[in-house]
Amino acid sequence: MKRTPFFHTVASIARKDLQVELRSRELISSMGLFALLSILVFSFALELNRIARIEAVSGVLWVTIVFASLLGLNRSMAMERENGGLDALLIAPVNRAAIFFGKMAGNLVFMLTVAVVLLPVINVLYDISLFRPWLLFTLLLGIVGFATVGTLLATITVQTRARESLLPILMLPVALPLLLGALRASASVLNDAPLEQWVAWPQIMLVLDVIFIILGFLLFEFVIED
Amino acid sequence: MSTMDQATPMMTESAAPERAAGTPRLLVVLTIATVLGVIFGLYMGLVYAGTDVMQGEVQRLFYIHMPVYFGAALALGVTVVGGIQYLRTRQVKWDTLALAGVEVGIALAIVNLVTGSIWARPIWNTWWNWDPRLTSAAITILTYAAYLMLRAGIENPDTRRRFAAVYGILAIVTVVITVVIIRIRPDTIHPVVVGPTATGTEAMVQGDFELDATAGVGAALGINMIVWAILVPITLMWYRIRLENVAERVQMMRAKYLES
Repeated sequence: MKRTPFFHTVASIARKDLQVELRSRELISSMGLFALLSILVFSFALELNRIARIEAVSGVLWVTIVFASLLGLNRSMAMERENGGLDALLIAPVNRAAIFFGKMAGNLVFMLTVAVVLLPVINVLYDISLFRPWLLFTLLLGIVGFATVGTLLATITVQTRARESLLPILMLPVALPLLLGALRASASVLNDAPLEQWVAWPQIMLVLDVIFIILGFLLFEFVIED
Repeated sequence: MSTMDQATPMMTESAAPERAAGTPRLLVVLTIATVLGVIFGLYMGLVYAGTDVMQGEVQRLFYIHMPVYFGAALALGVTVVGGIQYLRTRQVKWDTLALAGVEVGIALAIVNLVTGSIWARPIWNTWWNWDPRLTSAAITILTYAAYLMLRAGIENPDTRRRFAAVYGILAIVTVVITVVIIRIRPDTIHPVVVGPTATGTEAMVQGDFELDATAGVGAALGINMIVWAILVPITLMWYRIRLENVAERVQMMRAKYLES
């Protein structure tokens, strides 16, 4: 049987996810609302002076992004399963890895959208300018990594008994080195530290992203058998 | 029913030949060696080695603390081998090996953490701090606790083995990377006994000591290294595999008798 070309499959799966989302707005609205609430809760919980706010803001940003991603990943895979979409994809004569990259691209777009909404809000509430090239680059690296491991692990957890509750437990330890790098890098950017002091962190994040993408590529076929 | 009863013992025996043979001789030898090794290692660490001039008796914990870390690393390494082999061959024995590795690895990592904590109380004046090395040890344990949670959450045995293998591979990658990241960071106060001592950090490291400064330290460490980093994990994993096989057989027999 003739297989659909790899990138064509990736693009169509991602387009399908985006189209569903454009019509239902279910994921973005729940992720976005959760993120905004989390920012508010943090700003109440940490009533900080200006210096302490600079230290805390990268933590607030990343914790919010990670938890909002968990919310979105759970929903996205659960929807796929409820509607039988995953089964249909498995019958289709397409490369399994292409399914992985398609789902990952969709999740990536959702997370990036939430981050883009989040930045100006944090900017205003914490009175710190976040629109710096290196911070945006770090954000991109971090979110690519979360989307990659998240897609792989959400595909696993959606097939288990505990479902939603298992994803954070599985994903947080695995994503931790990435989160560590992201936190260090963005805190340094916001503190205007000299580049050579922290440039190792974005480099580590880049390496981690590559490793996660390779592992996702290799392992995804074992996650969606039968 | 009566024909069933006669057929069952033979079938069980053919399915699991090691049962009739009892405990393998090598395992008996290994067990004896491990028990004697632990006793001898304790003697070397507690009696033979001289008391550390700076830290006193509490430094003796180190003879268990460090070897046990490498024992945990060995066990968790075995898990990856088991996971990869399971995904390739789909033979249950590889998954059993992986499971044994995780459980033994967690147990040894906890021993490592607890002994370190007891040592840190008099030396650092705190049970716990968020030193990078301590953090990485805690993360390792939590990662593999998540592995066990994942296994507990899946009923279909084949799916469980498949997912566990995938997560085991993912887990070792992040654990190794975390350890590497944390090792290259210079701001640890943990003594660096093995590996390059970061220059310029001597003033920060609290509780450091020289391997050859006190009499018998090298010998005591060497013996305990063989015992805790090699003998103990292998023996424990072997018993864990046998336990899993027995549990599997009980499951099968129960299913068979409940059906008939």
